[in-house]
Amino acid sequence: MNIAEKLLANAAGEDNVKPGQFVNCKLSCVLANDITAPLALEAFAEMGATKVFDPERIALVADHSTPNKDIKSAMNTKLMRDFAREQGIRHFYEACGGGIEHIILPDKGIVLPGDVVIGADSHTCTYGALGAFATGVGSTDAGAGMALGESWFRVPESMKFIFSGQRRKWVTGKDLILFTIGKIGVDGARYRAMEFAGPVIEALPMADRFTICNMAIEAGGKAGLIAPDQTTVDWVTPRAKREFSLFTSDADADYAEVFDWDAADIEPQVSFPHLPENTRGISEVGDIAIDQVVIGACTNGRMEDLEAAAEILRGHKVAEGIRCLIIPGSHEIHLEATRKGLVELFLEAGCLVSTPTCGPCLGGHMGILAAGERAVATTNRNFVGRMGHTESEVYLASPYVAAASAITGKISGPEEI
Amino acid sequence: MIIKGNAHKYGDHVDTDVIIPARYLNMNTAEELAAHCMEDIDKDFIKRVKPGDIIVAGKNFGCGSSREHAPIAIKGAGVSCVIAETFARIFYRNALNIGLPIVECDVARLGIESGDEIEVDLSGGVVRNLTRGTETTFPPLVGMAQTLVEAGGLKNLVRKRLGVD
Repeated sequence: MNIAEKLLANAAGEDNVKPGQFVNCKLSCVLANDITAPLALEAFAEMGATKVFDPERIALVADHSTPNKDIKSAMNTKLMRDFAREQGIRHFYEACGGGIEHIILPDKGIVLPGDVVIGADSHTCTYGALGAFATGVGSTDAGAGMALGESWFRVPESMKFIFSGQRRKWVTGKDLILFTIGKIGVDGARYRAMEFAGPVIEALPMADRFTICNMAIEAGGKAGLIAPDQTTVDWVTPRAKREFSLFTSDADADYAEVFDWDAADIEPQVSFPHLPENTRGISEVGDIAIDQVVIGACTNGRMEDLEAAAEILRGHKVAEGIRCLIIPGSHEIHLEATRKGLVELFLEAGCLVSTPTCGPCLGGHMGILAAGERAVATTNRNFVGRMGHTESEVYLASPYVAAASAITGKISGPEEI
Repeated sequence: MIIKGNAHKYGDHVDTDVIIPARYLNMNTAEELAAHCMEDIDKDFIKRVKPGDIIVAGKNFGCGSSREHAPIAIKGAGVSCVIAETFARIFYRNALNIGLPIVECDVARLGIESGDEIEVDLSGGVVRNLTRGTETTFPPLVGMAQTLVEAGGLKNLVRKRLGVD
């Protein structure tokens, strides 16, 4: 069996599962955020549930509209806060001490290798980087998960993406996943699990691995997965407060498709509007003037991402007229960035440093684009109207490319700085 | 069950951001969400749509966010069914959970244009374009998908599991 099959089989109490099979799995964690939780809690009540299956295994994170942008958002967060108190849920996070769900759940050891997790957020697939089967669901599924502690799954077929060869300087996990989506398209992995492997992936730190698995959904993937190894164990051990299990694919595991790519052929990538699959290498971008840069989000709001941006911005100024928003992914990351002098560096370069929020990524809160404006963002989607007006444009890229673009005022690679 | 209505046609990869833009996601009721349904792909949709109408699209309908607000907005707007060549998996699951009928079939074969009258025989597995005299079949739902439709959505199944009903 491959990792996806092993994880689902384990949680279903089965020795063996096959793609297409329906299984009922015990859930290690159920997540909802300030957009999806209100409907999930409503569903929970309408299901006649009164107690969550385990208050330690539910995470409620207010991050999309936080700090609350309006009265309705404040009421939504209050619903979550009240429910958390009433049910004894400790893992409730909001503006202070919180952050972006997919950054804080792994950081705080709430999700671990071997887990099966559902989250009412499509980027829940991020946790596959730990060797967990994690997938996005809607609010009703999340409500049911909170009530029952289990959920049904159709065992997906898996696709394997092997990256070999020498990764070029400035090429990050973000570039590898944008490249992958560019190759297979936004529905190339629909209903399937995407397993990333090979020496290039094995050499990546956890931050890059999270970024890669985060965007599996942008290819339609049900889950993104990376086999846990020593890097995973070293990262998880100081965070874990419960046992975890490591599952890896058998050598003879079945895959629907296998891709083998030479990383030496991959340069920093830029995804053009209005689909994440519209990727080009940085050398093929041409002159595209921009108005805004966003560095953050559940894709690239980790400490390593801020350090990458700082590496480019150090000693430079953001071009006149460009708004460069830098958004640490959590309270802890914000504090660490402050202590390390990164916040000062960003402010001196002319950037804005925000408290943690998902707001700009989905055009919900802060950094909304006007008609005709263009942004380079380290976020994960560039659909029509994603960051604001339907006539605005979002270009997806790594923190290196985003920071370089902020300095030149047009989409630029780090080598131009 | 037979559904009949006029088609509103869209292309491939209709994402959840255009079905219900994030700026409205602080709202939670079907009425509030329906008022902005399809706004960023078709600003007049909500003025044109009539109860029972059918959305028809190409590949990967509902890709993107897990927001259940998307099928809720569509259902709230009075749409009786979404027919697409393929659906993104979270949208597919959400639609079944809330009882919005969806049909995955060979849309091109029906030659549907906006305004065409469409008939869907959900249990029989046939979609007919009554305006153009074309039809195609679709496979029956299997496993949990079938169970969910028969139960009238996930909430009913959970109520049974919890012994509430």
